[in-house]
Amino acid sequence: MTLTLDSLRISRGGQPMVALDTTIAAGEVLTIMGPSGCGKSTALAALAGALPPGFKMSGRIYLNGRDMTDLPTHARRMGLLFQDDVLFPHLSVAGNLGFGLPRGVPSRDRQIAQALDAAGLDGMGARDPATLSGGQKARVALMRTLLSAPQALLLDEPFSKLDANLRDQIRDFTFAQARALPVILVTHDLEDARAAGGRIISVTGEPLH
Amino acid sequence: MRFLTCVAACALGGALPAVAQTPNPADWPAVLEQARGQTVYWHAWGGDPRINAFIAQVGEVLSERHDVTLEHVRLADTADAVTRVVSERAAGRDTGGAVDAIWINGANFASMKDQGLLFGPFAYDLPNWPLVDTDANPAVEIDFTLPVEGYGSPWAMFQMVFEYDSRAVPEPPRSLDALRAWIAENPGRFTYPQPPDFLGTSFLKQALYGVLDDPSVLLGPTDAVDYDTVTAPLWAFLDEITPNLWRSGRAYPANEPALGQLLADAEVDIGFSFNPGRASAAIADGELPDTIRTMVFDDGTLANSSYLSIPYNAANKAGALVLANLILDPQIQALAQDPAVLGFQTVLGMDRLAPEDRARFGALELGIATLAPDAMGTGLLEPHPSWMTRVAEDWTARYGTAE
Amino acid sequence: MIRAAPGLVVALMALPVAAGLAGAVLPAFGYFPALGGAAFSLDPWRELLAWPGLGAAVRLSLFTGIGATVLSLAITLLIVAAWQGTRSFRVVTSLLAPLLSLPHAAAAFGLAFLIAPSGWVARALSPWATGWDRPPDLLIVHDQAGLALIAGLVMKEVPFLMLMTLAALGQTDSARRMAVARSLGYGRVIGWTKTVLPAIYTQLRLPVFAVLAFSMSVVDVALILGPTRPPTLAVQVLDWMTAPDLSLRFTASAGAVLQLLLVLGALAAWVLAERLIAARGRIWASQGARAPGWDRPLRALAALPTLAIGLGVGLGLAGLALWSVAGLWRFPDLLPQNFGLRVWTDQSQQLWRLGGTTATLAGLSAMIALALTIAALQAGATRAVGIIYLPLLVPQIAFLPGLSALGLWLGLDGTLGAVLLVHLVFVLPYVMLSLSDPWKAWDSRAGLVAATLGAAPWRVLLAVRLPMLTRALCIAFAVGFATSVAQYLPTLLIGAGRVGTVTTEAVALAASGNRRLIGVWAVVQMTLPLAVFALALALPALLARRRRGLRVT
Repeated sequence: MTLTLDSLRISRGGQPMVALDTTIAAGEVLTIMGPSGCGKSTALAALAGALPPGFKMSGRIYLNGRDMTDLPTHARRMGLLFQDDVLFPHLSVAGNLGFGLPRGVPSRDRQIAQALDAAGLDGMGARDPATLSGGQKARVALMRTLLSAPQALLLDEPFSKLDANLRDQIRDFTFAQARALPVILVTHDLEDARAAGGRIISVTGEPLH
Repeated sequence: MRFLTCVAACALGGALPAVAQTPNPADWPAVLEQARGQTVYWHAWGGDPRINAFIAQVGEVLSERHDVTLEHVRLADTADAVTRVVSERAAGRDTGGAVDAIWINGANFASMKDQGLLFGPFAYDLPNWPLVDTDANPAVEIDFTLPVEGYGSPWAMFQMVFEYDSRAVPEPPRSLDALRAWIAENPGRFTYPQPPDFLGTSFLKQALYGVLDDPSVLLGPTDAVDYDTVTAPLWAFLDEITPNLWRSGRAYPANEPALGQLLADAEVDIGFSFNPGRASAAIADGELPDTIRTMVFDDGTLANSSYLSIPYNAANKAGALVLANLILDPQIQALAQDPAVLGFQTVLGMDRLAPEDRARFGALELGIATLAPDAMGTGLLEPHPSWMTRVAEDWTARYGTAE
Repeated sequence: MIRAAPGLVVALMALPVAAGLAGAVLPAFGYFPALGGAAFSLDPWRELLAWPGLGAAVRLSLFTGIGATVLSLAITLLIVAAWQGTRSFRVVTSLLAPLLSLPHAAAAFGLAFLIAPSGWVARALSPWATGWDRPPDLLIVHDQAGLALIAGLVMKEVPFLMLMTLAALGQTDSARRMAVARSLGYGRVIGWTKTVLPAIYTQLRLPVFAVLAFSMSVVDVALILGPTRPPTLAVQVLDWMTAPDLSLRFTASAGAVLQLLLVLGALAAWVLAERLIAARGRIWASQGARAPGWDRPLRALAALPTLAIGLGVGLGLAGLALWSVAGLWRFPDLLPQNFGLRVWTDQSQQLWRLGGTTATLAGLSAMIALALTIAALQAGATRAVGIIYLPLLVPQIAFLPGLSALGLWLGLDGTLGAVLLVHLVFVLPYVMLSLSDPWKAWDSRAGLVAATLGAAPWRVLLAVRLPMLTRALCIAFAVGFATSVAQYLPTLLIGAGRVGTVTTEAVALAASGNRRLIGVWAVVQMTLPLAVFALALALPALLARRRRGLRVT
């Protein structure tokens, strides 16, 4: 699996912001670093198919060779994680996990149970997500995304709200779970970037560090 | 605008059920035939549960005898129904109108008749018309000095009576001057509904009868006389009593029921009404204490009639005609006069009735507070409608706006 | 389908609004062919200016309208600022449903009976404390300054604004903002004012505008509690509009247009005041005054209007309910001498029949309005959708004769469908008003996440957005339901008297001043929306018991 950004350019009011030209292989983590407001989150949103109004994009996005550029978000098969877990508050933990699972998948319950198990949340499927700890929530959010069988993973500062010891743990968990996918991590934290272990670039594509 | 009206008229033509042809009241069997199965929408004031119950009873008889359904459209104000007919004409709906019958008199009647909004003449063709006592009650053919000319069928007579609490007022004032003196001695215990309310303005007209040397000018329009000079004594009278009215004249009750409530709450000691049987019925229902009595001025009080009229565009004219005839039926008239039901005065002449019908009226008991017919004194003719309008306007300018 | 929704909403509303406005503006300039006004002229305005009470009526409308709005808003904000998050606050919010569902007219009657010289308060104190063995001659109700009217309005508008504030709070991180402010040493009230208020006021603006427009042009409450010499402008316009002398229609229309201009002027002044206060407020907020010592006195201060409103409505309603079963009840007896169900049994048949019609109309119109609102919001409400707020800002009395003419043109008047449509004109804005802010404040990342999980837009709507907005949806439905139940003039004029509801019946009977009947119908009139409101608050609360993330803190 590969994610290719072909001359991806994003500008706002004629002002160029993002310029990316790269291919990310399965199991590779590309880290985009920069201060807040530099456009790194906008770049992720564009990849997910949710470019905010006021921005302009050119270039193409290929996933496994398929052109995703004009597809709506739900058809792109790109998983997205925010710094907040954004769990659906009206659904149980299992309900959240099931939401991501494509329709018609056999043995849904078993898959959900396995995901819970993998996240160390065995037997907590019926819980209200609001009652989970921060680390638990983050793991549920990740497992939910993975259950939707994405072809690529987009991470928008997913660790920045976690406290230090939890952070390492969740980071390792995330990268371990996502090892078969091309991953893009957006962060302003150098430690996250280093832990990702891949290339580190700016929004305009220059290699950093 | 005209384009829209045209479009609407075309749309109406398609949307409405076939409109029955206009009935001819002179051909009564045909009217009855045409009315069968119709639903008559009678727009009548809905503020009194007793009247509502009476109308419901009339509806039952109407349906039994003539297969006509009666729907009582309960109005907060008769003018709402007038408004309705006016808007229908504005929209070009000259047939199939929503209002089939209106309980009406006074300025509303004058205005509709003036504008040609009424169907008729029909009253003289009603089979029960010969029973109406036109000799003793000329007022059944003249509404506020305006000849009715068959555009409304009279169905009840009203006369202003004063209602007083005999506990607080053992000797009630029986003339305008006596009332003036009583108000001065009992500040805060008398008031009248705020003009242009019908009853409130009626009190002003009653006062005009009391202060004028020659009340006959009231029967002509206001512009036929020197209005300012004629009405000067009225304003002098009001200037005198206002400081001693309820709330010192800084507020007035809205209408007849509101005035009745003040009497029930003992806020005032003397009220008045156009229905001589109201007090007895209210006592029977526990809404007034049983110490309330009624009286009239020695020189007489205003009297008028209520009419049933049919708008020119009514959808169910035949049914409305059958209804108009039914409320002149001796059985229904006796029901209305029963103090336990309404206590309205009948418009029928006793000498014109069959003996068994006469007996229905003879069997009625007067209520505890109701005056016997021979104690009702003189019924004074309602002034020309222009007095109502003009006096109410002037009152508003003088008392109706603070300072 | 969804893409057509905003257009549908605009079309559905634009026609009635246009007809309603034309019906007010054209006759105001002398054009009303059916009444002989074939040419444009300024005579209606001359007539209007010649009315001696004009200045006083305009002053009254402005004073009572603005006074009621300022007071209602101040009381609402004070209560929320001083009490949010406490147990007392939860008690207060649980009282919202009965307060909201009480029709304005019924609340006003209840208040009048409480405070009138022959009312319950005077009875409770007489004759032992006051020496009154009959009602004193005091001008309390209908007082010339309009204070009783303001009180009656505040009683009903505070619950409405409170509900709107709660809805806004549910979409704001108010708890976190407060925690930050408190940790910086700010008092509860000052901290709330500086951190939470700016966030929720933007969501409160439209409701506040609606309250202002409503308070300035209300008719029923003004009739029951307001001054009479002269009355407020809106009441006077109603007088002219329903006068038998049809030439007064022109004056009435001019008065209606003046009423519209007054409302617009007051709104403009309000917006200006907002700017000034916001500018001053920003300076004040950043100056760092913390004033924790004010909390206790402000809390006590907030308790006063809360108690007054609760007792005013509660006792007023109890009084009306008591009147509905009262026999003879003379002053200064605290209770009736005897009781009876006569009025109830007399009315029972009517009650069932009209109750059914009312519930049908209210349920359907609220449901349709909710569906249209969701569709319009989902499609991305355009600026044009703002037109539906016009019915809230144009006084009903100016708006409705025009609408009724439209109904006639289309041959729709007098049918249940037409009444449903015209209810929709008034219900839709309130539903939109209740829903649009929570809708916009919804965390759109949830939608984005759902989409990246493979959910198509309709599934995002049905499975994520709507369930997350359950509380706001329920409240919007209840608001729509109560709005429909309260409609009097639209039902009367478009229903042509053939479609009756508990409200047309109640107002027709209200003219009788018969407290027993008013009591019966007021109780019935509030029961329907009360039940719906109770459900609207209970259902999301029940869900929130299992899902803490949906809870309002």
